[in-house]
Amino acid sequence: MKAAPYLLCLPALVLFAGVVIVPLGMTVLLSFHDWGQYKGIEPVFILKNWQEVLGDSYFHEMFARTFRIAFFVTLLAAVFGAPEAYILNRMRSPWRGLFLLVILGPLLISVVARTLGWALLFGGNSGLVNKALMGMGLISAPLPFMFTETGIVVALAHVLMPYMVLAVWASLQRLDPQVENAAVALGAGPFTVLRRIVLPQVMPGILSGAVIVFALAASAFATPAIIGGRRLKVASTLAYDEFLNTLNWPLGAAVAVLLLAALIAIIWGTNRLVERRYAQVFA
Amino acid sequence: MPFLELEKLTKSFGGHNAVDGLTLGVEKGEFVALLGPSGCGKTTTLQMIAGFVEPTSGAIRLGGKDLLAMKPAKRGLGIVFQSYALFPHMTVAENVGFGLEMQGVTAAERRTRVAETLELVGLGTFASRFPRQMSGGQQQRVALARALVIRPQVLLLDEPLSNLDAKLREGMQIELRQIQRTVGTTTILVTHDQAEAMALSDRIVVMNQGKAEQIGPPHEAYERPATAFVANFLGKTNLVDGASVRPERISFAAAGLAGTVRTRIFQGNHWLYQVDTASGLVTVIRQNTGEAMPGEGDAVHLLWEGRA
Amino acid sequence: MSRNGPLALAYHTLFVAFMLAPILVVCWVAFTPEGFLSFPTDRWSLRWFEAIARYPEFISAFWRSLWLGAISSAIAVAISVPAALAIGRYRFRGREALTALFMSPLMIPHLVLGIAFLRFFTQIGLGGTFAGLVLSHIVVVLPFALRLTLASAVGLDRSIEHAAVSLGASESVVLRRITLPLVLPGLVSGWALAFINSFDELTMTVFIAAPGTETLPVRMFLYIQDNIDPLVTSVSACVIAVTVVALVILDRAFGLERMLVGRSASHGR
Repeated sequence: MKAAPYLLCLPALVLFAGVVIVPLGMTVLLSFHDWGQYKGIEPVFILKNWQEVLGDSYFHEMFARTFRIAFFVTLLAAVFGAPEAYILNRMRSPWRGLFLLVILGPLLISVVARTLGWALLFGGNSGLVNKALMGMGLISAPLPFMFTETGIVVALAHVLMPYMVLAVWASLQRLDPQVENAAVALGAGPFTVLRRIVLPQVMPGILSGAVIVFALAASAFATPAIIGGRRLKVASTLAYDEFLNTLNWPLGAAVAVLLLAALIAIIWGTNRLVERRYAQVFA
Repeated sequence: MPFLELEKLTKSFGGHNAVDGLTLGVEKGEFVALLGPSGCGKTTTLQMIAGFVEPTSGAIRLGGKDLLAMKPAKRGLGIVFQSYALFPHMTVAENVGFGLEMQGVTAAERRTRVAETLELVGLGTFASRFPRQMSGGQQQRVALARALVIRPQVLLLDEPLSNLDAKLREGMQIELRQIQRTVGTTTILVTHDQAEAMALSDRIVVMNQGKAEQIGPPHEAYERPATAFVANFLGKTNLVDGASVRPERISFAAAGLAGTVRTRIFQGNHWLYQVDTASGLVTVIRQNTGEAMPGEGDAVHLLWEGRA
Repeated sequence: MSRNGPLALAYHTLFVAFMLAPILVVCWVAFTPEGFLSFPTDRWSLRWFEAIARYPEFISAFWRSLWLGAISSAIAVAISVPAALAIGRYRFRGREALTALFMSPLMIPHLVLGIAFLRFFTQIGLGGTFAGLVLSHIVVVLPFALRLTLASAVGLDRSIEHAAVSLGASESVVLRRITLPLVLPGLVSGWALAFINSFDELTMTVFIAAPGTETLPVRMFLYIQDNIDPLVTSVSACVIAVTVVALVILDRAFGLERMLVGRSASHGR
């Protein structure tokens, strides 16, 4: 009886031990190996790759770009996604389900296809986005979107937006609608209700959505690769190049492991903050 | 020798005794209620009889045979669960017929017995419905039919009426009592509702902290509670000068314990009074007979049988 | 509940337009009659859909993705069911740690997983093989399968199984006649969500797929890297169409919200 849960977990455990933990460990080891153009990978223990990744200004710039993009994507998603989740939650029955499907559905549509859509919308001077912005009189000359950070941020915000809506939506579901009515009955205006009653209660949802969006944005591959092109590198596209073009696997592994470590630190820190700050709300 | 015997039954969870040396004999055909607040051990007792919880020590015998040696599936008990636990993917007829199927009863006989039992609980026309298409009261009857159709040696009812609203519950109490009388199955009811326990059972077992505080007919337990806990749990009671007095036994009279009416509440068929006296606050219940009654602030005298 | 004002509805309209724009644009361009990227206005044609048939690498990549998704999701569900029963119904030492481990592919960047698998498979001789793809996809879709099977295992009222036992059912009968039928919707939706995620996976697969074992997203990505032409828009339009059909079916059958939020909606009695 005592062994039953362990036996039931055994297949998954064997799989994860063999196909997740071992490969991840091998990757960490790989980042300490040496590599040369002609000798290939040499299984020794050196700090060369780490010194290069941590010391070289090229890598600093690339990591700064990666996290800058992730930050602005997270900001856009929170600022635009949270209000939409709130509006969605106030909709009536058939519309609510329909628009939830429309907004969350793209999550399951191929990232390549969605990014292709943005490439088409941005595409050169004749891109639809620029035509629309100029038509509205917002800009006088076409803005560059392709091969720029702005373009990557906009496209990634679109790709990851559903996660934010989903997180905020989930926290709105736990909200007692009577509490809003209670505030109104006590004389609060709609703006006060939003700021003093709703926002504090959905803040944990926004933060957990932000953590997911930030982590996915910092490690996104397809969108920065297609919109950013070959010159504008982020951590993931750089690692891809090291692995499949330059073939310097140890250096690529160091980039990937550093990205993973940075993300774990950020996620862990944020979770700690959320737990401390919002323990009362969750309890 | 009683039909169902619990002997010094004990269950401890991490050093704490949920059931503590409970001894109880239930006669064949008897209806016994295990009554007590949540956490008193009544549900654990039921689950030990059913076989879902293993006792730490003690014995359970059914018809002289050791019940603990039998697997839960072989005990032949009918159980009605608090959540009803109907099989949501089976029709009413399939739900009721499941136990017969497990016994290897032929399809033809199964049909007759299912139909008979559904008729007994007043659901003759619902055989092909699914549980979710039925009301709470109807689901409750399906659960009862499913437990009764296998002709169980003992019927176990785990808070069977707690999910029904007050009106429906009263109707189901009467019906449950009638059905039990008709089929004559030995029945054990677990409940926290003293009115339900007293209405349905031949004997009640008032439980507190894993122990039986009193075992006896409902009327006797109510009139002569063995402990203060029983007195309080079975209904409102006053402790006046060390003696326990039921509020409905106190009447207003010309002489007696002097006091002033603090509050008066009208409850339809009776009035509920709180009276300040020299012996403390006394609760009084008087039948509403249409006569004029003392109002708040009035000076009154309280009298009851046995008052010195 | 109060209703949305006109300002809120205007915002909502813009938001929906933003979410749909790139998807609709892909489908629109796919119908161009021209030989280059353009938005057809007065004339449209199916020539680029017909052109897909002349590119066998897209066709074979499509079938490979289909099989990969179906097989890896099925295995992931098969592994998830016992794990979900253990996690959902027992309190045992290491329960939290095991759950976190099985859910970890959601939090570990797929880029890192791709690199780790590339290194691992090359070392053990599975580099660029279909078996390697299946193994890696089982890992990344397992959290989705586990989340939904777990939700249905937790949502299962234990007393229903107790009721069956009290009526004389043996353990195997309870499993076959009661437990499995009741968790089946969770299994099917878990499989479907796992399938969709496998079918779309690019970031990890791009590292481990070799020229002979490219999946459809990998093939599309590599094609776009070289040049963007109407052919890749028509392929994308097909992928979008298939996904939308699957989405609507899943939403009807299980509720998309329930699948994505990962909680079973409680059906009140």
